[in-house]
Amino acid sequence: MPVAAPLLLAAFMFACGTYGVLARRHGVMLLMSIELMVTAGNINLITFSQLLHDSIGNILALFVIAITAAEVGIGIAIVMMIYRQRSTVAVDDLQLMKW
Amino acid sequence: MIIRQIAFFVFAGLTAVASVFTVVTRNVVHAALGLAGALIGAAGLFILFGAEFVGLAQILIYVGAVVVLFLFGIMLTQTPGKPTVDNDRQALAALVALGVFVVLAAGILTAFGSRKVDFDVAFPTKEIGTEIFTTWILPFEAVSILLLAALVGAIVLARRD
Repeated sequence: MPVAAPLLLAAFMFACGTYGVLARRHGVMLLMSIELMVTAGNINLITFSQLLHDSIGNILALFVIAITAAEVGIGIAIVMMIYRQRSTVAVDDLQLMKW
Repeated sequence: MIIRQIAFFVFAGLTAVASVFTVVTRNVVHAALGLAGALIGAAGLFILFGAEFVGLAQILIYVGAVVVLFLFGIMLTQTPGKPTVDNDRQALAALVALGVFVVLAAGILTAFGSRKVDFDVAFPTKEIGTEIFTTWILPFEAVSILLLAALVGAIVLARRD
């Protein structure tokens, strides 16, 4: 199998995540798009682990999974804080610190 | 060998379709379920590529914990009426995403266009565990501290006081 196939899939998934981050204004959906981008990175790590016959990609992917779990926990907590303060989760309305 | 190719295309198709569904659907809960589908497809790919521990960790942590956390987040931040999930710059966002994909794909095809990979090397859990607890012990402990800090931070942020 050409090694480009999983890499292209990861690139497509990353592009989907980019679109989501730019086009969504719901805070939770923004975090979901970031998850898609992180998983695309993980697919790359696993593919290169297989290509280079080295387990380092597996280990880095495990660290990425653990760090993303922490990121999502904090992200959801921040979204809930925003909701409690402003009764909305629209991230486009958050311009308090702009200029 | 052919069965692996079929499995690859099944999981890759699931991942791609679910990814698109996640970012275009207008229903927040459907988006979370689409994300679960994409992550399960990616976990299938990981197991197919010999990374069985990473694949199972992916299912346990992402599908089991993260998607449930997203569903809780959606449930606790319900706004009355139909929420507006998209902003009005979708065309521009699609253009940027297309640009990202084209650049990445061009790079991949230039660098790895002709290389083949057999996906025949397995990475057993034992080997991964030995590596993590010898070579990677310091990063592992750092991740432990990070998770503890994230736990405390999430409680402090989300607490009602």
